[in-house]
Amino acid sequence: MLVPEHSACGRLWAVIAGLLCALLPQIGAAADVPIVAAASDLKFALEEAAAAFTRTTGRSVRLVFGSSGNFRSQIAAGAPIELFLSADEDLVTALQHEGRTAGGGRLYAIGRLALMIPRGSPLKVDPGLGDLRVALTDGRLQKFAIANPDHAPYGKRAKEALQHAGLWGAIQPFLVLGENVAQAAAYATSGSAQGGLIAWSLARSPGIGRLGEAVLIPAGWHSPLRQRMVLIKGAGSTAEAFYAFLTQPEARAIFERYGFTLPSDAD
Amino acid sequence: MDWQALSLSLKLSTWTVIVLLPAGLLLARELAWRRFRGKNLIEATLSLPLVLPPTVLGYYLLVAMGGNAPVGRWYQQWSGHPLVFSFEGLLIASLIFNMPFAVPPMQRALETIPKEMREAAAVCGLSPWRIFRLVELPLAWNGILTAAVLTFAHTLGEFGVVLMVGGSIPGETRTIAIAIYDRVQAFDRDAANSMAALLLALSFVAIVVAQLGGGYLSRRHDR
Repeated sequence: MLVPEHSACGRLWAVIAGLLCALLPQIGAAADVPIVAAASDLKFALEEAAAAFTRTTGRSVRLVFGSSGNFRSQIAAGAPIELFLSADEDLVTALQHEGRTAGGGRLYAIGRLALMIPRGSPLKVDPGLGDLRVALTDGRLQKFAIANPDHAPYGKRAKEALQHAGLWGAIQPFLVLGENVAQAAAYATSGSAQGGLIAWSLARSPGIGRLGEAVLIPAGWHSPLRQRMVLIKGAGSTAEAFYAFLTQPEARAIFERYGFTLPSDAD
Repeated sequence: MDWQALSLSLKLSTWTVIVLLPAGLLLARELAWRRFRGKNLIEATLSLPLVLPPTVLGYYLLVAMGGNAPVGRWYQQWSGHPLVFSFEGLLIASLIFNMPFAVPPMQRALETIPKEMREAAAVCGLSPWRIFRLVELPLAWNGILTAAVLTFAHTLGEFGVVLMVGGSIPGETRTIAIAIYDRVQAFDRDAANSMAALLLALSFVAIVVAQLGGGYLSRRHDR
């Protein structure tokens, strides 16, 4: 069948116009669905909490997971983030000093560090890292994954824990650094590393948990992972409601189930 | 400024050019002068990294070079260390994602050499090697230079694939592009600034060199 060219062209425009019309309502609706930026150790726990929030209130949030340090830079640059759940409270304090936040926020959880040994690894699941020390010299260890200690909170604590165990110097040639703790967990379980220090909350998630075995590192081996959340200036009512929801028993129970220690005082 | 990261990036770029250029040139000759079934398919595959998200390539490389895959396992047994999180792994990734920057410019340059000219050289009794050296190489020189410069600069700037398979190991896989990302995350603006400015300058110089070489980019505009 012969179709005149201008008609095909017209049809193309109709399709484009239709697509635009379909998109417009979504742009409008996005206004009251705030962006919540969260440290990657919250990946599974916060998804569950957000689902519970939507069930209870009928409102929803958009979750973005990544490195706390990255979010800190993005918020400082004016990113449209309304609520920030950091894995390190120092980053929140820094933003507060720059006048980016609404108040000082609130401590919502204390993270824990865990030794993750993937299935098939020749390493033993030894919380004292004694077997890791032996593996450094007997050739069993080839790569060991941690988050980047330069900027990732879990990386800093992993470095402290390895320093406490007296292994930091010796393990250098074996380290592979994840950009954030979720990538460190992916590296640790990829089959190319024999283990890693990752977030206990990630190790307890079903997806990562079935890839190997994890054990808690003693809390006294590193400074605590005090995780603070804060509303960013200009946050809307949905972000405020979610912030309040995360301090309620229902959300706290979820955090606890994923292995976070709950802050006792309301600071 | 992270000098170690810069020198690693320069090393990776240099090795990529050294390995990819001769291999790419052989491939470009086949593609330029031969007609065969599946040629379109090969050309499409070579161009694929141009449109493929680096994360897709990074993911497949992470899987293929890992200890659970045949290639990764074989390499680990042979060399004693895993292919992911190593310089060799980055080099392999780099060779793949630079295909579209290396092969097409050389292929275009070779296509402009008339068949009669090569036949005349052969009739004059020149060996294939001397035809290559005295006829093809001088005439395709612009395309080869463009391929080298683009490959070098593109490797310097590659980020996504390196982020996924590298592991940010200082001196091994922490390239300058990754170092910039790390510095921004650590809110170290000074270091990020100086490294970003350096990469900007290097990339600009590379593009100018490629254009002055009368290469692929400018010639496309002339047509």
